[in-house]
Order: sequence, then structure tokens, then C-alpha cells
Amino acid sequence: MTLHFHNARLICPESGTDRIGSLTVLDGRIIARDAEAPEGAELIDCGGKCLGPGIVDWGVKIGEPGERHKESFRSAGLAAAAGGVTTIIARPDTEASIDTPETLEFVTRRARESSPVRIRHMGALTKGRQGREMTEIGFLQDAGAVAFTDTDHVISDAKVLSRAFTYARSLGALVVSHPQEPALSKGASATSGKFASLRGIPAVSPQAERMGLERDLALVEMTGVRYHADQITSALSLPALERAKANGLNVTAGVSVHHVTLNEYDVGDYRTFFKLTPPLRSEEDRMAVCDALSSGLIDVLCSMHTPQDEESKRLPFEEAAAGAVALETFLPAALRLYHAGVMDLPGLFRAMALNPARRLGLEAGTIAIGAPADLVLFDPDAPFVLDRFTLRSKSKNTPFDGARMEGKVLGTWVGGTCVFGDLNA
Amino acid sequence: MSFRQRHLLGIEPLSPQEILTILDLADRYVDLNRRTVKRTDVLEGLTQINMFFENSTRTQSSFELAGKRLGADVMNMSMQTSSVKKGETLIDTALTLNAMHPDLLVVRHPNSGAVNLLASKVECAVLNAGDGRHEHPTQALLDALTIRRKKGRIQRLTVAICGDIAHSRVARSNLILLGKMENRIRLIGPPTLMPAGFKEFGAEVYEDMNEGLKDADVVMMLRLQKERMDGGFIPSEREYFHRYGLDAAKLSHARPDAIVMHPGPMNRGVEIDGEIADDINRSVIQEQVEMGVAVRMACMDLLAQNLRAERGRALNGETYA
Repeated sequence: MTLHFHNARLICPESGTDRIGSLTVLDGRIIARDAEAPEGAELIDCGGKCLGPGIVDWGVKIGEPGERHKESFRSAGLAAAAGGVTTIIARPDTEASIDTPETLEFVTRRARESSPVRIRHMGALTKGRQGREMTEIGFLQDAGAVAFTDTDHVISDAKVLSRAFTYARSLGALVVSHPQEPALSKGASATSGKFASLRGIPAVSPQAERMGLERDLALVEMTGVRYHADQITSALSLPALERAKANGLNVTAGVSVHHVTLNEYDVGDYRTFFKLTPPLRSEEDRMAVCDALSSGLIDVLCSMHTPQDEESKRLPFEEAAAGAVALETFLPAALRLYHAGVMDLPGLFRAMALNPARRLGLEAGTIAIGAPADLVLFDPDAPFVLDRFTLRSKSKNTPFDGARMEGKVLGTWVGGTCVFGDLNA
Repeated sequence: MSFRQRHLLGIEPLSPQEILTILDLADRYVDLNRRTVKRTDVLEGLTQINMFFENSTRTQSSFELAGKRLGADVMNMSMQTSSVKKGETLIDTALTLNAMHPDLLVVRHPNSGAVNLLASKVECAVLNAGDGRHEHPTQALLDALTIRRKKGRIQRLTVAICGDIAHSRVARSNLILLGKMENRIRLIGPPTLMPAGFKEFGAEVYEDMNEGLKDADVVMMLRLQKERMDGGFIPSEREYFHRYGLDAAKLSHARPDAIVMHPGPMNRGVEIDGEIADDINRSVIQEQVEMGVAVRMACMDLLAQNLRAERGRALNGETYA
């Protein structure tokens, strides 16, 4: 089966180009760019809209096993397809954690049966994410885990962490850490400052993130492990990250789309859909992190999709669960950076697709010849007002409810198969 | 006389010649031990005290048997239940012992260096039966004897020491002995169980069993010392066995005539596959136990000779050099 996408604005994160061209796909792989349509190929007129590599979203929470009422592989997969996400990198912070090869095999099979987009899993770094004993990193890797993380459960025991890092290093495994000094940030649900003080919300200094990062980086230097910081959200953390990279440590970092598009004041009148981990930062932090993302110091932009049901959010701010759904709003939210002139489209897709795929050793994230035809077609300028009840996620906890956004996904293809949109018809 | 030690505290102080002296004498005791009547009188009249501050059945029995076959009066003091529990310090224990006038003292202690400390305070010959994660000299000597009898030499061999290197005194003593004898030593284990700095001793360090075992003449497996671990060095026993347990597939990378050793007690299915442990063509684990008695007899015989010589000199008003 041959597909020929023509009249497309091709967004290529590798070459950094953004120009009109065509893409030819045979049996699920890209075989040519700017070539004539082969005979018998199915023609897809992109109408001058943007065609880029499908998004690789690193750090998505799915409620299987344990919290299927919040999100299932089916609902997450549909939301991802509608959002232009073709590869989900799922988090292991489920009920039971994904900390044994047996659990991993179960979720891998469930995901394959139910999701229209690709789902790869991270395994827990310690058993039960309790920070005491490392998991079977070797067996989990053999079973397909792409990275290892305890997500927001920070391993406070440096000895446990150093052993896990050492063991992971011997297997070439990638470790994902949530940089945070847990004792300092305990109980906090906002960033300390004028706003939190005015509202009387228990708050934490962004120094806690920097302290966690500095400790992790010292252990990375000691052990040589491949390390990724899931979210760097504060200006204070950036010099440490820069130094680590300059010193040749095998380090990358990410940031969630919320932390580059929202700030602490968005919480407003105790709106719990804006309660995130880590909490939203000051405008100065947001701008510094945007600069770091555009310069490439921060490598990865992700959604940190975290579904929470109404009951978990309809609570006083301090008691409400943290996190926001984002698979469907990821691209339009990220396009705010494009419309604001912070980043161009190839730069955005480098952070949302190419960099995470490369770091995780996946062949996705690119529209190079030979790559799998994981593609998203979108109109970056189409305006809309978000109604959270139209989201395909089971949970509707988005901070963008009622927000004016620009950027609509017109079609999504995974391995050359259309999983969203009706352009093939 | 080419054995000039007052104590046997470790392999480190021994010269290659002294090691060979012990092995040569031990060979003669192997022959004795295979006779029906196994008793000699070289330690006749001497008192041997076995002090084990740490549980041991195998080593303690081996020392006891060695002493009895040499004609010594052997006493076992189980320090687990003794005055140590009541708060006596190691130095006080030493002074108490001096009052009993032992001639040979066999000590095992959970702390590295504790046997050296005791040796500096007592008036008899001290044999280290294992101190913490420091040394276990008689184990290395019996391993050397086993290798020499199987391979015909104790030089120019490639020896792989595999597993829990970090917690193993057996690994340290073997590393030193085999190094003194000019062998090629490889240490193989997960990086969490590999202590820093062993490369500087001239050992090659591997994290992959198949690479490390390539063309090895001798494969020494170590026990996973769960009792010395405070948790979290390895993910699980099954993953450890998968990556570091010796099975037929991994052993196939070693030389076809490679021998397999284990200091015991074995954890079958953790560091060694039962089939390999029982393979009479490869495994020399039973021989190691037999050599253990002979080597300990040789060590005590040599130390007793030096002790007698020293005391003889002392009687003649000479000082011990």
C-alpha cells in the first residue's frame, strides 16, 4: 500500500526545514521526499497544511492497572491519536507499579490490543516505587522497558539511588528522575512567593528542584549512568544542567508543556486543575525555561498527561490531586510558543518528537527516509475554544478549559495507517 | 627453613616460597588423611583453641579435625554465646586467653582487622579463619592446592573469580595469592558488588560473564553473601542467576578443561547451577573440602615449629628475630 502526501508544509526537525513538499509512504515506512507520486499510490492532498513527525510524548500516566476509571489504554490511545501523539511513553506509577517483567508483559499486551497509537513503557526503578530495593532492571529491559523511573517518588536514600544507578549503568539503561528535595517540598502545593503567600497555600522554593538535581548529577558523575531529568521548571536549575552537559555527563532534561505556557498566577481562585507536580512557577522561571527549551539546553517537551477524576480534584486546593490531562491539548498548547515567536515549528518538533525518540532509542520522531510513517497533519493557525467535555480522555482535568487556542490536528498516521482524521476518504 | 611467620593472618605477608612450602607439606598430609590411621603427634601436648565470633560449621570442623589429627588438644569456644555477648571487649578476651596458655589460636571474626588486633595482644600463634571482608588465608591456600593438583601448576593460569567480590574475603585472599604466583586474574560480577580499585592490583574487571570467562582455566564462584548485605545490591536472585549464575551455557566460554570451584556453602540456583556443581568432570568442590583439612594441618605444623623454635630461643636467653 502506497501513500503520497502532497502539497504539504513539511516540518523536518532533523534539517530544521519548514517548506512545501511531498512525502511518499510504502508499507508503513517513508520511502521518498519530494518525489513524483508512484503509480497507483493513494493521493492525500494536505492543502498546504503542516505535516510533521508524530509526537513522542514522554511521561504519560495511564490508569492501567488499577485506575481504569481515570484512563484506559483505549481512551488514552484515542486521545493521543486526536492530539497527534503517535508514541506514548507510559509512566509506571500505576496501582501496582510496573516493577516486574510479569506486570510489564501484561500492560504491553493490553496496550497492543487496545490502543491505536504506539505505547512503550517505562519500568519502576525501585520495587513498589518505595525507594528501597532496585527492580529487576535487566529482566524489565528484556521485556521492553525503555527507561526506569519512580516518577515523582523521589528516592531519598542516596545509597539506594547510587546502587540503582550503578546497576543501570552496567546494562546501559536510561534512568529518569524527578529532581526534587523531598523533605523540603513535602506538603507543598505551590511555589513560594507573593501569590502563594497571599492565598495562604503551603509552598516550596524552587531551590528544592535545584537541590534534587544537583544531588542526582553528583551521582551521575559517580556512576556514569544515562540520566534524564523529567521536568526542569525553574531558572535556578539551569546552571547545574548546563554545567553537567558541558562536563560531558550523559544527561538530558525535559519540561512539561504546562510549565512553559502557564505560571503560578493561573491558579487564580484556587483552581485545582492548575495544581501540578512540580507546582507552576513564576513568570521569570517560565521565561527562563522557554529560553532553555529553545536553545536546546532542555531537550524534551512533554505533556506529563496525568488523568484525575472529578472526585480527586473537587477538593480544597491543598488536598486536591496534582496533574492535568494533556494528550489532546499538547500540540495546540505547544503552538503557543510558536505563535509567541519563542520557537519555530522544526524546533518544537525536535523537542516533542525527535529528541525523546533518540534518547529512548526509538526510530520514530523523524520524517527521514526509512523512518516509520508516524505522521501528524495539522493547521497551526486554526482557532478554537476548548470545551473539556469534548476531550477523549476519561478524565477531563485540563487547565485549558474555556481557553482560546490555535492549532488543530487534521490527521494522524501510525505506521502509515490513519488513526485520526478523515482525509483518506 | 623457608617459613618464617609467627602467625598466619593473611596471604599478604607470605612470600611465594612460603606459599609453596605450605602446599608441599599439605600434599604430604593429603596422603596421610587418605590412610586408615590418620593420627600423628606433631602437635602432641599443644593446645589449640578455636574462637569463632561468627557462625561457621565447615571451617571450624576442618580446623578441629586438622588439630586432632596432629595430636593437639582442641577446644572450641563459640563466642556467639559467650562473654562477648555480655560486653567483654576483644582485648579483655585476649588477656583471658593468655591466662589459659594456648599455643595455637584459630580466630574468625565479623570485622576486618579484628584478628590482627587480637594477634598483637596474645602470646601464641594466631591463624586467621576469616576476618570480615579482609582475608581468609587458609581458603586461598586450599584453593591453590586444589588447582595445583588438578592443573599440575599454580602459575600462568587464567583464573576467573565470579560473583559477590565486594563482600568476599575469599576473593581478596585468592586475588593476592594468585597474583603473587603470577597468574592472570579476572574478577567478574555486577558493578554493585565490585569494589573500587581492584584494577590497580592488576586484575581485569568484567561485568559480563561470557566475556570474563573466555578461555579461563579455573572458574571460582563465590557465594552471594546475603548476611553481609544491607539490601539492594542486586534486584533479585533470579536476575542474578540469569546474568551471573554459572550454568552450562556460560561455562562453555571457558576452556574445555576448565575446573569449577566454590568455597561453599553453595546457593544452588543463585550463583551456580546444580548440574554444574555436581558435574564430576568439572566441579572440584568436594576436593576443596578435602584439601582444606590438609592445608590447615600444614599451616599449624609450620607455625608450631616456629613457636617451638622461638620458645627454645627464649629459654636460651635469645630474643626472637
